[in-house]
Amino acid sequence: MSLSELEFQAQTLGAAPAQAIEGRSQWRLTWARLRRDKMAVASMIVIIVIAILALLAPVFASLLHHGPNQVFPNSGLSSTGGPVSPGTNGFYFGTDELGRDLLVRVLYGARISLFVGITTTAIATVAGVAVGLISGFFGGLVDAVLARFIDTVLAFPFLVLALSLAVVFGPSLTIVIAVISFFSWAAISRIVRGQALSLKENQYIEAARSLGASPWRIMFIDILPNIMAPVLVLATLSIPAAIVFEATLSFLGLGVQPPTASWGNILAGAQSYYQIAWWYLVFPAGALLITTLAFNLLGDGVRDALDPRTERIFAARKKRRRRIWAGGPAAVGIESLVAPSTDGPEEA
Amino acid sequence: MTGPITPETAQVDPWPTDADLTDDVLVRVENLVKHFPVKGSGLVSRTIGQVQAVDGVSLTVRRGQTLGLVGETGCGKSTLARCIAGLLPATSGKVYFEGKDITNLPRRKMQPFRRDIQMIFQDPYGALNPRRRVGSIIGDPFAIHKTATGAARKKAVQELMERVGLNPEHYNRFPAEFSGGQRQRIGVARALALRPKLIICDEPVSALDVSIQAQVLNLLADLQKDFGLAYLFIAHDLEVVRHVSESVVVMYLGKVAEVGPKNPVYDTPRHPYTAALLSAAPAADPEAAASRQRIILSGDVPSPINPPSGCRFHPRCPKAQERCATEVPELEVKAGDMPTHLTTCHFPVQAGEILARSGRAPRGEAR
Amino acid sequence: MAMTRFLIRRILSGIVVLWIVGTCAFFLFFARNPDIVARSLAGRAATGAIINEVKRNLGLTQPIMVQYWQFLDRTVHLNFGLSYYNGGIPVSSILDRDIPRTASVVVGGVVLWTIVGISVGVLSATRARTLFDRFSTVGVLAGISMPTFVLGELLLAYIYVPLNTHGIGWITTGYVGLSQGIVPWAGAMILPWITLATVQAAVYTRLSRGSLLDTLGEDYIRTARAKGLTERRIIYRHAMRAALTPVVSQFGIDVGAFLGGVLVVESVFGIGGLGEDAVTAVSNGDLPTIIAFVLIASAFVVAANIIVDMLYAVLDPRVRIT
Repeated sequence: MSLSELEFQAQTLGAAPAQAIEGRSQWRLTWARLRRDKMAVASMIVIIVIAILALLAPVFASLLHHGPNQVFPNSGLSSTGGPVSPGTNGFYFGTDELGRDLLVRVLYGARISLFVGITTTAIATVAGVAVGLISGFFGGLVDAVLARFIDTVLAFPFLVLALSLAVVFGPSLTIVIAVISFFSWAAISRIVRGQALSLKENQYIEAARSLGASPWRIMFIDILPNIMAPVLVLATLSIPAAIVFEATLSFLGLGVQPPTASWGNILAGAQSYYQIAWWYLVFPAGALLITTLAFNLLGDGVRDALDPRTERIFAARKKRRRRIWAGGPAAVGIESLVAPSTDGPEEA
Repeated sequence: MTGPITPETAQVDPWPTDADLTDDVLVRVENLVKHFPVKGSGLVSRTIGQVQAVDGVSLTVRRGQTLGLVGETGCGKSTLARCIAGLLPATSGKVYFEGKDITNLPRRKMQPFRRDIQMIFQDPYGALNPRRRVGSIIGDPFAIHKTATGAARKKAVQELMERVGLNPEHYNRFPAEFSGGQRQRIGVARALALRPKLIICDEPVSALDVSIQAQVLNLLADLQKDFGLAYLFIAHDLEVVRHVSESVVVMYLGKVAEVGPKNPVYDTPRHPYTAALLSAAPAADPEAAASRQRIILSGDVPSPINPPSGCRFHPRCPKAQERCATEVPELEVKAGDMPTHLTTCHFPVQAGEILARSGRAPRGEAR
Repeated sequence: MAMTRFLIRRILSGIVVLWIVGTCAFFLFFARNPDIVARSLAGRAATGAIINEVKRNLGLTQPIMVQYWQFLDRTVHLNFGLSYYNGGIPVSSILDRDIPRTASVVVGGVVLWTIVGISVGVLSATRARTLFDRFSTVGVLAGISMPTFVLGELLLAYIYVPLNTHGIGWITTGYVGLSQGIVPWAGAMILPWITLATVQAAVYTRLSRGSLLDTLGEDYIRTARAKGLTERRIIYRHAMRAALTPVVSQFGIDVGAFLGGVLVVESVFGIGGLGEDAVTAVSNGDLPTIIAFVLIASAFVVAANIIVDMLYAVLDPRVRIT
């Protein structure tokens, strides 16, 4: 019996019952870790609740008989002409200075925020990954040009761009989405490019080329799976950034224009009235904060779930409280999420 | 590895002769040169030098047989292999496969040849994409060349896995779940998928434990017998090369030092470098080791950017004389050798010659 | 010296960038049909004659390349033309009045954010997993999730208003010039500074904490410890340098976002600096002011990036060769 046959025997003996043996993929492991992270699970629930509420905003509006832009000068304004407090006349969140239902407006604002967050992130991710892959993988002149372009976009003061576009085209939701996408894709692209550049040097890429694989096949089948981890973290964290961005632009009057409700422009209106109507400030601000916090926590959770180093290190750390231990978490960047191509030799 | 070696069956013949017109020749490399430009720093990067990685190498690989390629790190053997495989563009020279010129072919034209020329790599941990399942990795050649899909592909992959000694039920596992030796087998399976005619093995066992090396080498031997494969076997371990090859090429600093059937080269090396290499290889028998002369080369390996003039080995050669610094030696048969054993040296080692020097402080060793 | 050559090269490329930005902005704004511009300024009821008059006054009747040349010529001399509004005063006077305001906000904000961000980050790293660290982690998370303008409004509502109504008048809104005394100046600036700095500090705390932790895990730090150096010396003499490099490079990227924060803060607190001018100019369509703002913002970013690159070269000796 040759040595190879011996090895075969040993393997089958040690193997589990004779079913198809499935390796546990990175994603399955990540999901398992994510589920165990209580903060991340809580954030996911919060986000789902917010999404549902946002989707059902029209339902709320019709149930309450209060449209988002509908003014109620009689029931919605107090005798002195100011907004009414929460709980009066069926306005659960109170009203604003025009007597509009704040609850309904906040819900509609959620629609805008989530829409902007998801759309811009989707656009930015697709564009960022594509450009980053092409730039990093092809290298040479293509990379030289694209990398410069990425750096310029990153350093560009985005607000200046928003201002300029607002001047020329007039402020609107479309401008907001365009500006935010334009800024976000560059951040993703830079990380993807860095990854692609270093992954390109791996021997399995050379092996793929020796098999005759086309550059596109190599990019999408060999490199892309290895960069999905940092991309996923960046994408998850881009959503709250986009939401804040949109709110800021609307607050300054450069984004969603009144009367359409956006958390940003509601808060802009609140500036003049919060001293007499605390609800005008607290409810939209609270909604904004909860949403951003939830997405940020989720992003952190995803990052930790994808990077198992953190787990092991912190388990050991509990035994040594005050010492500084090796290998801190991947807070510097997400470069530590690169596929571990070298795990070190194991026993044969 | 089949039958005794005689001058007639010895295979290496770097210069085109009538014998090359036989079907036996699979790959013929003619005067291959590969230089890498060294860019200076500055606003506009100019080329300030060349790394002469491979500088005029010619060799032949015959169908079904193994050519061993030996040399130190940096002698250009890996670069040479990649030029042959089409992974690096050659600066000049030619590579012929079954008589057809495959030098620097664009990817599309090279595609059909890729079914016949495959590679196994040195690093079992780096050569497999850690995020892909093993079945998908081995099935890659079928997917790229569109030769099998779906269930047929899976079946073919599982057959390959069995053939190289892996459990076909591990089809869906990830490379991280395998040991180094098993990963190398996965690489072999991947290379074998399309039944190539030539497999270039770039130091396939250097990263493995010694006991595993034997297993993998035996696997390669079995496969060669079963499938009639030819190997270009690159290594820096002389004993391994002796074990697997019919003929051997010794490279130094981008040039061929000596070439020939293995026994003449190992038993009567003509090039001082070959002799030094052989003397440095650890011998299993301590008495034989003690009694053998140890040739210690002085100095370090020069940089390939600025190779020495004349014979590149002359600064370290124990036999070097004036002529060696000025005249580049030709690759030719030396007196008393069979016609397939060639050497590039002005003053080849003679039988019984003592090369070990005393009184000269050695600053480096052959490996 | 390599350093000066590096500096000169960067300054030159910075000027090129500014030129490109200026040109793009110019053509973006002024290449439109001048009738539209004039009409929007003259108002709806304007007749053709008035529109023509406005066009001539603003110099819009000339061919575009002539206008462009004039623009270049003016700008190089730091003359940004006349504002379309505000009675046609020179844009430069607007700038002169408002740059000190913005500068106060910026300088205070940057100083506060850098000091707080890095020190909290370093302290968290050295006291990892202790109570301090946990608090700072929570703080960081809150800071990151908080949009600047929300924080500003909250601070106004729950610090400024209560303090004021109870007679403590130190903290004010609006702007108080430095010439009127440091204490009043700081009183007006303190809330804007805190608002501006908090979000950024949170990011930098997390960044420097992570970076320092990673650096402290390196082998050469273990060697230093084995040699017997005190922890303090290890951190400040050896680890900081390497740990700070990602922070510095992040700074370069953040400058652009930072300007946005300045603008928001000026709006919320009514400081009336360049940011507010820009927003007003946008709603008015006051093109010369907007272009001036674009150029200044870009110049700021370019300058900041050059400083960042120089700092980087100081911190990381490997970089100097480029």
